[in-house]
Amino acid sequence: MSNGQDTKSFFLDDEEIPFEEGQTIIQAALTAGKYIPHLCYHPEFKPHGSCKLCTVRIDSRTITTEDGQTVKIPGRAAASCTTPAQAEQHVESNTPELLDLRRTLVQMLLVEGNHFCPSCEKSGKCMLQGLAYDLGVMSPHFPQYFSKREVDATHPDVLLDFNRCILCELCVRASAEVDKKNVFSLSGRGNTKHLICNSESGKLGDTNLAATDKAANVCPVGVILHKRHGFEVPYGQRRFDTAPISDNPVQYAPVKEQV
Amino acid sequence: MRTANSSGGGADEKGVIEGVLSRHGHDATRLMQILREVQEGLGWLSPSILTAIADGAKLPRARVEGVAGFYHFFHTEPLGRYRVLWSDNITDRMQGNADLMARMCKKLWLKAGNVSEDGLVSVDTTSCTGMCDQGPAILVNYRPITRMTPERVDKVVDLIRRQVPLAEWPAEFFLVEDNIRRKDALLSHDLAPGDALRALKSPQDVLEAVKASGLRGRGGAGFSTGQKWEFCRNAPGTGSSPAHYVVCNADEGEPGTFKDRVLLSSCADLVFEGMTIAGYVIGAKKGLVYLRGEYRYLMEPLNEVLQRRRAANLLGKSVLGQIGFDFDIEIHMGAGAYICGEETALLESLEGKRGVPRKRPPFPVTSGFLGQPTAVNNVETLAAAALIAAKGAAWYKTLGTAKSTGTKVLSISGDCARPGVYEYPYGVTVAQVLADCGARDTQACQIAGASGLCIAPAEFGRRIAFEDIPTGGSFMIFDNSRDMFEVARNFAHFFVHESCGFCTPCRVGTTLLKNGMDKIHEGHGGEYDINDIWRIIRTLKTASHCGLGQTAGNCVADTLQKFRPSYELRLNVHEFEPAFDLDKALSKMREVTGRDDPGAHFHIAHRKSKSGIGTKAGDEA
Repeated sequence: MSNGQDTKSFFLDDEEIPFEEGQTIIQAALTAGKYIPHLCYHPEFKPHGSCKLCTVRIDSRTITTEDGQTVKIPGRAAASCTTPAQAEQHVESNTPELLDLRRTLVQMLLVEGNHFCPSCEKSGKCMLQGLAYDLGVMSPHFPQYFSKREVDATHPDVLLDFNRCILCELCVRASAEVDKKNVFSLSGRGNTKHLICNSESGKLGDTNLAATDKAANVCPVGVILHKRHGFEVPYGQRRFDTAPISDNPVQYAPVKEQV
Repeated sequence: MRTANSSGGGADEKGVIEGVLSRHGHDATRLMQILREVQEGLGWLSPSILTAIADGAKLPRARVEGVAGFYHFFHTEPLGRYRVLWSDNITDRMQGNADLMARMCKKLWLKAGNVSEDGLVSVDTTSCTGMCDQGPAILVNYRPITRMTPERVDKVVDLIRRQVPLAEWPAEFFLVEDNIRRKDALLSHDLAPGDALRALKSPQDVLEAVKASGLRGRGGAGFSTGQKWEFCRNAPGTGSSPAHYVVCNADEGEPGTFKDRVLLSSCADLVFEGMTIAGYVIGAKKGLVYLRGEYRYLMEPLNEVLQRRRAANLLGKSVLGQIGFDFDIEIHMGAGAYICGEETALLESLEGKRGVPRKRPPFPVTSGFLGQPTAVNNVETLAAAALIAAKGAAWYKTLGTAKSTGTKVLSISGDCARPGVYEYPYGVTVAQVLADCGARDTQACQIAGASGLCIAPAEFGRRIAFEDIPTGGSFMIFDNSRDMFEVARNFAHFFVHESCGFCTPCRVGTTLLKNGMDKIHEGHGGEYDINDIWRIIRTLKTASHCGLGQTAGNCVADTLQKFRPSYELRLNVHEFEPAFDLDKALSKMREVTGRDDPGAHFHIAHRKSKSGIGTKAGDEA
């Protein structure tokens, strides 16, 4: 079944995927070149499991009833970024149900924040937009929240536009784990949950963030922007203009040292 | 000029903060207790106070602000010297809390959710405070006042106006009754403090007895208590300070449940004895009670019981003289967060963090409080364990059913003659319970709380048991006069307030579900919206991170299936109508201009009938 002596494998949409002990489903899948949509997962960080875009079903069963009908019993749903891969597991990702679920989740994020792609600096290189296009999300569907969120321009080099925040916590994690500065954190809860800065004034300008920090360069959407660096690459020539987000999944494979 | 509490001045503020910090050893894991005590001293948690606490506990300031911002009972804005919170469970609604709150607000010249101009008082709603059998209930500065009436509202308003300190308010206001209506093995126990401990044999023997008794968790999930203890006992402690912990989950937040409150006020010894026995079995020296913020008033009486038990050598070093059997218990207060009833969120909160459920595995039995093996058990489970230790597994197994041994304490509220606490052997039918509490013309029962099961009369033959209807104890009754759509809408609002916001489906889905229900309530809903609601419920169930989100749509799903007419009545729209409501969008302007005449409205109903404003030629009147 498996090629190496110690390599175990599981099945992702009926395709055999090798994995190393300790790897989660998404880590093994991306390493093997199979794409599973994701937003809060990042190759350099520990899995987080909050966006739920990478939800898969594990070990669905097909049974035959007494009257000869075959019935599919759906397996348990789980975030593939935090679920450890196990040998012989059967994982479904590319099913109509899960694709629909992911579209719904993207739509939820689109109505929660204020996402105006045509005027956004990140358009064309934004993970949320890229994923929406890739999944075929044609509209936000649900009524917009139109939530009022401020912009923080107090920092000399970095601008925060909270309107686009998807609460993936990548900046929180980067600042705590890589930069060791804890510049970002979260406050509120439920639908009032929001990103905060580590200063009594609450302003980014009063924190010790540097433009070169990991936290200032990890945002998958258009919240953390660098001042004086807008639109350097024109629309039409950007990352997802040339290839869809799902192209070349190995680019999202976990960085070895950090696993 | 702000609140009376915050006028203390810098030196005083510093003193209070330093006092609290040193009492807690500047320990960052005790942040919840630090924040609560500082707030009790200074009224609210101002930006400078948060900075001082962060400095003192050596935490990033934003971490401290994030914790303060997570819990409903911590305030980072001044909310008045008197903070009045009206319990807003459906049972409080049925007892008329809305009119009473309106009366209070009117008398105080106040809008709900706001602080009075003079900074004296604020009035708002909060999730179920666990007084459903004696509501409508309020919390004033986190102390419960039950059985609110118009007269009592007037008296409370008068006391607040005259700025009478809470300690001088009439004692009968704060009376909380146990209302125990039916006792069985647990509530009628005849054990004196220490009896169960004196009956202990070896830890292994006790473990075998608990396993043999078939005891399962009483919080609702029903995991085998013996197995949980065994896993925990077998898991090694890790790191520089290896240890095992017992945690008593007294964060009873499920709407409609209050049996843990009664157990803690009437059988605290038995609960603490159960914790001590759990400690004995798993090898823990420390037990923690996580008590919900709504039960703050129980803290002093419970600490007295603990003190008495220490004096009797039932806690502390060498319990009952047995060398090596050291165990003590500490009470931690929550601060208004339903999610902390989920055991891993509870552990996060115990460690002084935001109450966000952890990723599992690892499970608490191997990596719980401070990363150490931890047995988290419900209040009732621990009391039952003490009973089993004293009286034996064989006796316990004679109670209940084969798969659900023992008894269950139910919290019964809603439309019945005798609401209160009822203890039954497992296997009792819903119909029996309804007959005993004097329920008539019952239309529906909501069992196991807002996240539980809504059943119709055809199902009243079903049984309370793990194999049929499992429940943590909440049992709310609705008679034929009630509107089941409004019940479901109340619960939809509850989950919006209580979602922790960690994962997308729950954070956004609970709000979208609430918005959908509100849209139908306001008469703008149609079949399109019902379909959307189903889609949201599916998303919540499939993708949510924890049980809160997975079950948040249950009541809407149940009522849609079983009480469809209550929805149909409201589905006025046959095709689609947008959720964006032009008339509602004008409400701010109406407030500013003080106008509420038909001309200040843009509404289909008005267009058609009331004033003719906006009527186009040819429209039918």
